Amino acid sequence: MSQPNLRVKLGKLELKNPLLLASGTVGYGNEISQFTDLSKIGAIITKSVSLKPRKGNPPQRIVETASGMLNAIGLANVGLEVFIKEKIPFLRDLKSTIICNIAASSIEEYVECTKTLDYEEDIKGFEINVSCPNVKEGGLEFGNNPSAVGTITEKVRAVTDKPVIIKLSPNVSRISEFAEVARAEGADAVSVINTLVGTAFDIWSRKPKIANIIGGLSGPAIKPVALAKVLEISRNVDIPIIGVGGIMDWKDAVEFMIAGASAFQIGTVNFINPQAGIEIIEGLEKYCRQNEINDLSKLTASYELPK
Amino acid sequence: MVNEKIIVKSVENLQPNIYLLKAEAPIIASQIKPSQFCNIKVSESYFPLLRRPFSVCDVEGDHIYFMFDVHGVGTKILSEKKSGDILEVLGPLGNGFNLNKKFTRAIILAGGLGVAPFPLLTKSLSDKDIHTFIGARNKGYVVEYGLKNIKAATDDGSYGFHGNVVQLIETEKKNVINDTTIIFACGPTPMLKAVQKFAMENNIEAQISTECAMACGFGICQGCPVHSSEEDKYFLVCKDGPVFTAGEIEL
Repeated sequence: MSQPNLRVKLGKLELKNPLLLASGTVGYGNEISQFTDLSKIGAIITKSVSLKPRKGNPPQRIVETASGMLNAIGLANVGLEVFIKEKIPFLRDLKSTIICNIAASSIEEYVECTKTLDYEEDIKGFEINVSCPNVKEGGLEFGNNPSAVGTITEKVRAVTDKPVIIKLSPNVSRISEFAEVARAEGADAVSVINTLVGTAFDIWSRKPKIANIIGGLSGPAIKPVALAKVLEISRNVDIPIIGVGGIMDWKDAVEFMIAGASAFQIGTVNFINPQAGIEIIEGLEKYCRQNEINDLSKLTASYELPK
Repeated sequence: MVNEKIIVKSVENLQPNIYLLKAEAPIIASQIKPSQFCNIKVSESYFPLLRRPFSVCDVEGDHIYFMFDVHGVGTKILSEKKSGDILEVLGPLGNGFNLNKKFTRAIILAGGLGVAPFPLLTKSLSDKDIHTFIGARNKGYVVEYGLKNIKAATDDGSYGFHGNVVQLIETEKKNVINDTTIIFACGPTPMLKAVQKFAMENNIEAQISTECAMACGFGICQGCPVHSSEEDKYFLVCKDGPVFTAGEIEL
């Protein structure tokens, strides 16, 4: 069998393969590039950038939990100016496809960041973070409110012709309502899911294990939740889905595609196995050959549900 | 920095709950500097999920050593490794002690398992006058492996000086501090804070090796901040540290 076609299309966004590196799990690419050839990855979604630099939360920011981890980094980032001056050129030189994740504490800030970054031709699309559980303003305050998600999508859409992806929160009762709002306001795709709100206590000191008290749960522990959210949207809303949540290997990735994802992101696994991205792409190729799938995108939403 | 598959050679007890793991790791062994660390995947599966960071304790030819105590599921698994087992190890990580300084005397201050990086430092400073001060909970936690010219302190007085290691150096400072002394310290945060104060009061350079919970160990998770004392920003323990000068950070 000839080389399977791994190319995927999400609205206006075309990628050489469906594997994206999740925002906030690979910084701006420089560290992970020592392990992974970023030109072979579908796209890198850069760490959330905000208008001004953010210092992030105090320690402890991270704690391991059963099959997962909680983090409360607090959107620590270099800010828009340094991002443009220093981070984009580096990724351009590595020939990686850049999707820029934007975080903001007001609708105006989302718009201003998008507008400014729209001029950067190396940025191939935007992922709008309306679902960070770890910051006081913005984040979930928007992500829990369908009309806010609608307004942000509409306003961001108005200032760029590039692909716009809305990153949705799982901390809602009907995620498909949010996906529908994003679709109606012109989003090209939705990323499903951001982390789940969680916490953990030290039973001896009775204090929370992370300084921010609550954090975002990620890792294999959240994969079933993410799959159910992907499936819910796939069955109810006509919008391309980027699945994310606990993918550790190519089998998990295939599962997400079957459940309805057109592409997928890997996050927590990068911390443990920085070569995971390349290994997963190789695994997908092999799976396609074994199953005589010539076009990987045919897997998307190929679920067979009981009648 | 490499992700090296290393081969366990032995795991031995230095004290009832303190272990020394020896492994064949030619690449890391040839690159590691004192107080750099490695992030170890303790099992072949994703349980436990995260790697565990350990400083490299010692190097002998192609072999590296890790010293640890058992305090959770990761270290328990590590303590049960057998000769021939393979571990996936990311390293060397971080910046080690800065030895490109003019000094003739090294004062090593170690608290608890903070002794871990010092056998390798001791080896690297064979031309220096070394004074080592170690502090431990009690006699059962005192580890002298690979160290030289040691004075010990225990919290309960069961071995050596009765008190902590910073109290011990206070009583000894007249004998050991001269104009070309550098302190190298590693241990729990309260101890490192006391070392910062001691260094400041006595106007001595101190390099302190910090620790913090982290996931990746090389800068992508942003999980291990330590606050700068000069600017309103965080450094990352894994990438900017783990060694900092005493005046550089706020603990």
